[in-house]
Amino acid sequence: MTGNRLLIPALAAASLMALFAACLLGSTPMPAGRVLAALFGGADAADQLVVWQIRLPRALAAFVAGAALGISGASLQGLLRNPLAEPGVLGVSASASLFATVSLYYGVAALSPWVLPIAAILGALVATALIALAAIRTRSVVTLILIGVGISSFAGAAMSLLMNLAPTPFTLSDMINWMLGSVANRSFREIGFAAPFLMAGAAILLASRRGLSALTLGEEAASGVGLNLRNQRILTVLGAGLATGGSVALAGAIGFVGIVAPHIIRPFVNHDPARSLIPSALLAGLILVLADIGVRLLPTTNELKLGVVAALIGAPAFVWIAMRRRALNG
Amino acid sequence: MADLVTQDLSIDAGSATLVHGATLRLVPGELVALLGPNGAGKTSLLRAALGLEKRSAGLATLDGTDSEKLSPMQRARRVAYLPQQRPLAWPNTVRDVVALGRFAYGAAPGRLGPSDAEAVDQAIARCDLTGLSDRQTDTLSGGELARVHCARAFAADAPLLVADEPVAALDPRHQFRVMDIVRQFVDGGGGALVVLHDIALAARYATRMIWMKDGRIIADGSPEDTLTAERLADIYGVRARVAGRTVEIEGAL
Repeated sequence: MTGNRLLIPALAAASLMALFAACLLGSTPMPAGRVLAALFGGADAADQLVVWQIRLPRALAAFVAGAALGISGASLQGLLRNPLAEPGVLGVSASASLFATVSLYYGVAALSPWVLPIAAILGALVATALIALAAIRTRSVVTLILIGVGISSFAGAAMSLLMNLAPTPFTLSDMINWMLGSVANRSFREIGFAAPFLMAGAAILLASRRGLSALTLGEEAASGVGLNLRNQRILTVLGAGLATGGSVALAGAIGFVGIVAPHIIRPFVNHDPARSLIPSALLAGLILVLADIGVRLLPTTNELKLGVVAALIGAPAFVWIAMRRRALNG
Repeated sequence: MADLVTQDLSIDAGSATLVHGATLRLVPGELVALLGPNGAGKTSLLRAALGLEKRSAGLATLDGTDSEKLSPMQRARRVAYLPQQRPLAWPNTVRDVVALGRFAYGAAPGRLGPSDAEAVDQAIARCDLTGLSDRQTDTLSGGELARVHCARAFAADAPLLVADEPVAALDPRHQFRVMDIVRQFVDGGGGALVVLHDIALAARYATRMIWMKDGRIIADGSPEDTLTAERLADIYGVRARVAGRTVEIEGAL
């Protein structure tokens, strides 16, 4: 297909523009000149504060969280050979946010800023490993998705239990943030604590992406052409767990981005799972930055949660993709 | 010289024994047909010979090395394997699927070195797919897909080919086309071990026939020596007329 070469540069440029636009727009719109001046250190202190402390970190958090979900979704889809696989659908995000909530609830998170991201990543890894174990035993994707639904429901129920028991309204609102997903009031500090995990996850996924192409042939033929299946499973599960956990630690559970972005990208990369990773990450990041701008601009009394907006757009897309799928491999 | 050998190889699954003491050898220049009814243990034997399935006793070697000890990449460079189930998860282009045959050489679709690209082009030409190379695989017929899988296997440039029912569900013309492609590979110095259910087709193409029943190899030899009406009655339970390499199956016994 022509135009493939331009896909990544075009998405990168669009992402940069969206990040810049996120700095322009807000309750007090700023003209481009003032934002540029603030970004490069020439504006007054108030402008610098708005751009550097509020708008840029928030937009970057949305981008990074989305990109992590996009690359995890694309990789899990390659591993499970199914376009409906995604951290949200498979219960990975919910499990991560449950672990994050537990660490908040019991006050462990106060011990060190690293506790929260590590708890979220543990939750993500537990769910991803369960799915991968099930994937070895069953060829049916429906079963996998049902297991994901089960994990999601269990995590949701456990979260509700914690909310019921929440000692203060403050804890309660904190938990709602994790459940629904939001990047409001994020700072560079929080991005910094999630960054090592996000980068490690993305690096593992990118390093092992070639095997995802081989899996197109099915597991039997993939090992026949030279793929070490066991290692591939471990690497993809570990990478997606780290990236999704990092994303949840930063922004809570945001669903469906990981499904929509790879679905749009796939035709542009000749349906090759390996080549869909980077463009899917960029597109998912872009989608969340744009959705977050929408959240900020909508004149609602209480700000909408980013995860709610993502689900409102993403869930219908999920249903649409599921309905259009031919029942080829169950 | 490249060879695939099993010696007294047995495979257990739980308490059942799938294969009992099977001994076979495949070398370049041979087209060996592996025959036997469903459940005779053909697929298990192939998989264990390649080191993809655990054996319970005996030996399996590829070029003298224990095939269970080979890494997947080393194995893929020595023998191309065409499994019975050949799903394609995504609607890739024909060329990209064939390019996956170069996986063991570090290549990937869209990232082929000069020698990889040459091997892929040759495999595409050999399987008569030149006009289809940019088509998406979900738009192809069953016969065309079978040739795509063959091309994928040949792209690896391995000296041996192990194919599990490569002509299943194909019409007669495509069966002949696929078997012609396999024979060309053998004439060009390759060695092929092919599971077939069509006895007449096997008798026509094979240089050697290996007959399996109930997990045991019953006979191993040229079609002239091993293809008899009694054997077909014993193994398949069918009444047949055999004259040299021609077979006519008349019905069930």
